[in-house]
Amino acid sequence: MNVSIVGAGMIPVREHWSKGIRELAAAAARLALEDAGIAHVDALYVGNAYGATFNQQTQLGGLIGAELGMNGIEAFTCEAGDASGGVALRTACFAVESGLVRSALVVGVEKATDIVGPARVGARTISLDADLESVNGVTMTALAALVMRRYMYQNDLTLSDFEGFSINAHRNGAVNPCAMYRNRLRDGAFAKAPMIADPVSLFDCAPDGDGAAAVVVVESELAADMVPRPVQICASAVATDRFMLQDRDDPLQFGAIEKSFFGALEQAQLGREDIDLFELHDAYTIMTTLALEAMGYCPSGAGWTLASEKGANISLDGDLPISTFGGLKSRGNPGGATGIYQAVESTLQLRESAGSNQVPDARRALIQNIAGPGSTVVTHILQRQPDEA
Amino acid sequence: MLDQESQDSETLYSRAKGYQSAMVGTVYSYTLLQEPPLGYESQAPYYVALVELDDGGLVTAQLTDIDGSVQIGDRVEMVTRKLTTDGSQGMIVYGYKFRPAL
Repeated sequence: MNVSIVGAGMIPVREHWSKGIRELAAAAARLALEDAGIAHVDALYVGNAYGATFNQQTQLGGLIGAELGMNGIEAFTCEAGDASGGVALRTACFAVESGLVRSALVVGVEKATDIVGPARVGARTISLDADLESVNGVTMTALAALVMRRYMYQNDLTLSDFEGFSINAHRNGAVNPCAMYRNRLRDGAFAKAPMIADPVSLFDCAPDGDGAAAVVVVESELAADMVPRPVQICASAVATDRFMLQDRDDPLQFGAIEKSFFGALEQAQLGREDIDLFELHDAYTIMTTLALEAMGYCPSGAGWTLASEKGANISLDGDLPISTFGGLKSRGNPGGATGIYQAVESTLQLRESAGSNQVPDARRALIQNIAGPGSTVVTHILQRQPDEA
Repeated sequence: MLDQESQDSETLYSRAKGYQSAMVGTVYSYTLLQEPPLGYESQAPYYVALVELDDGGLVTAQLTDIDGSVQIGDRVEMVTRKLTTDGSQGMIVYGYKFRPAL
């Protein structure tokens, strides 16, 4: 793909009580524009999932464009539930690759904490099947729990077998100033945490947070003249599965992850071993487990083994670094902004400006943004832009 | 229009219309949900399950009338129950839940 990231910015994931959705988005957008060294872009694409139910606010493209003073700009929202950020980035790739747009600003934003408790839980179920899941009082956490329980049953596992994923996420999040929960997890705490939907506990489930992240993308040739270390988007692939778990032949096989991942590898003409780090959609440890299996890094039923020894294999200096800035678990889960946080974090990694979160010699990063229980999956592969590109 | 109708007749939904399931099955997986969405607070915590029907297919539903614990493989049957109410004056939403097979 002939598209590169030349600017990246993010604000900490927090409970930003004093800021509205437009202020959050604009703050991240200004950081990305400043990073790119430009003041204007041709188009603005917004990744947001829950503006309608969290904030009673749609048409965010126009709203945020106006907040940024970009009067007249092409601007609209891209929505695919929690994968909204990912599809917004892909939309920018379409626009720039086609030549219709020279430069695009992609902002992922979510303002979750305007509502709390059952109201927020209910507002999040809008991305599930309203007629057959949500009406039965089913939530995303419940679906993750159903998958995890069955997985534990079939593979004869205990809760502790998954703790390494959360320990690793918090180890990395603890040194990320933008992470929401910068605490480390003590050994054994995972299995003792209060249940939200057993076997999914508080320390298994990513916390809702307010956040915004942004990137500026342009054609790769242009990027090389704009900034010293552009990051190329060398693959972009979206796949969907049968929407509900109940309609799949095997609810423990996330087919859309497989399809999206191998589609991305094929586009980039890369192999599985060429990826140096992974920002997976670790909203629940079972999601990471099944993603690693669907991508072929482990056989079916063995994804949890990568969490062993407190996640040594998936740490910053391990073989498969995952959630390098804390992932959704520790950095926080800002809904439709997640996919752009992943893009910003990977951009910092590939520029070797990730500070304490740096993965040594990171050349290629995979970012994967998922909605529902693997219902929509967006995979991008980012790389240090080669000099000749 | 005719073409469109003949295409619709091929959908899974249309083919399933009129088919009467046995409405009994086994628990394929389950969870006890502690954080309910708006409109379901009074029932929480409640069980949510994937039920594997005897004549095929999985259904996502709440378990009800549970006295004691639930295990994967438990026999359950479908019953009609109130799911939620749209406020104190609002419409009652009825649907299906599963209870231990009698």
